[in-house]
Amino acid sequence: MTPLLQVRGIEKRYGARIGCTGVSFDLYPGEVMGIVGESGSGKSTLLSCLAGHLAPDQGQVIFDTRAKGPVDTVTMAEPERRMLARTDWAFVHQNPRDGLRMGVSAGGNVGERLMAVGARNYGQIRSSAEDWLGRVEIAADRIDDRPAAFSGGMQQRLQIARNLVTGPRLVFMDEPTGGLDVSVQARLLDLLRGLVRRLGLSAVIVTHDLAVVRLLADRLMVMKGGLVVETGLTDQVLDDPQHAYTQLLVSSVLQV
Amino acid sequence: MSDYNFAYLDEETKRMIRRAILKGVAIPGYQVPFASREMPMPYGWGTGGVQVTAACLTPEDVLKVIDQGADDTTNAVSIRKFFQLTAGVEVTEATAGASLIQTRHRIPEAALTEGQIVVFQVPIPEPLRFLEPRETETRKMHELEEYGLMHVKLYEDIARHGQIATAYAYPVKVEGRYVMDPSPIPKFDNPKLDGSPALMLFGAGREQRIYALPPYTKVVSLDFEDHPFEPSKADHDCDLCGASDTYLDEVIVDDQGGRMFVCSDTDHCRCRREAGHVGRLGVAA
Repeated sequence: MTPLLQVRGIEKRYGARIGCTGVSFDLYPGEVMGIVGESGSGKSTLLSCLAGHLAPDQGQVIFDTRAKGPVDTVTMAEPERRMLARTDWAFVHQNPRDGLRMGVSAGGNVGERLMAVGARNYGQIRSSAEDWLGRVEIAADRIDDRPAAFSGGMQQRLQIARNLVTGPRLVFMDEPTGGLDVSVQARLLDLLRGLVRRLGLSAVIVTHDLAVVRLLADRLMVMKGGLVVETGLTDQVLDDPQHAYTQLLVSSVLQV
Repeated sequence: MSDYNFAYLDEETKRMIRRAILKGVAIPGYQVPFASREMPMPYGWGTGGVQVTAACLTPEDVLKVIDQGADDTTNAVSIRKFFQLTAGVEVTEATAGASLIQTRHRIPEAALTEGQIVVFQVPIPEPLRFLEPRETETRKMHELEEYGLMHVKLYEDIARHGQIATAYAYPVKVEGRYVMDPSPIPKFDNPKLDGSPALMLFGAGREQRIYALPPYTKVVSLDFEDHPFEPSKADHDCDLCGASDTYLDEVIVDDQGGRMFVCSDTDHCRCRREAGHVGRLGVAA
């Protein structure tokens, strides 16, 4: 089986400082990879490099495209990469305001990716927007409301719907539950887990919340200071952490 | 008159503008940046159009200036006077008799002919601006032909108003490539852009952009399959000349709610009345 995403020796430096370095992993179809670490450990830098928002200084990000098979997205032409970002990839930002158009209605937000790939039938765009709002548990009568009128949790769900409407195969998530209160987090996680499993999505999830990766991720990468210090199956890493930093991370989770 | 260089601008500036125009003509619909000059009138009064006109004028030209279709409104009168003073060219109100027409917000009703130049005044040349505020991003979108966002605007119109409510500055696609803002002309005028025998030049002074439609360019108004583009006008006939196929202005005539609809193109209306057409409230000429 060809991995959906092969990451080889990604390095990103900010001048003399290291963003992240020497990161390699394979992600297979249907697999969810969690990346955890403290603030400043380079996990968001890594995610931006993978998703093509930042150009890495070194390394390859090889994606198994539908048309041409495995292609290095770092060296691929920009129009192709942006096309990938609109179709086969999705990016869920931590702050929904970064990922949504706040001045455009919920339906328009969901429909944008469809129109970006050539949908020109209003009725069809609207019905798939309705369908996707339903799937992320937003009432159909909110379709013409702007995201500014939505609660934080609804905005985040809307962002997810907007990203998944074109049926991507790989989803990048940057702290998808950050900034939400715990009960809303739990519902969102439930929803995400359902969507990921049902659609067979592959995902790379960056978070500092171990509960999120415990629920969603199959495999885990622990980062510190721009380096990957430990990898393995999620339960294995969390239940039997080997690296001192991972042990610290696991033991600092508050127990209620 | 001799105190001004011909048509106000210095020759170097006119050359720079002509180069931008030529580039615009070579790439229909593409916004060419140019070094817009300060003009002796405020931004929003057509500084872009005036500079394009100045660069195109020759002493043999016959100039017509219209504002919202009318030859006698402030903007039209002041620009016409400006070129009478600085270029000394002949001016006219007749569309057919003009070789260069500077216009704000309308295309004349009378059919344009080969050899004529129409200069549009453009406030905001970027059709994607209100959806995407970043210039770097909109340029990239034009470069990579990523125009899905333009349809998001039309989608929003239908979602909110039940139809495409954009009535002016209706976005068009030029020769299947660039999406272009046709300046704030009513969408009633959009079909006149398609395959026009006249050269159409668009100048935005504050935004420093020039773009162009060469004669016989294919211009398509954007729409949805199930909500096709419809040029719209007030559902009346002209009250002065009786024309049923022209774009109309609504004029309030008293305090009792009385109103009349008249052609916004004053020259066209006058010609029709002189030819004997009389509308509901008109008197025979």
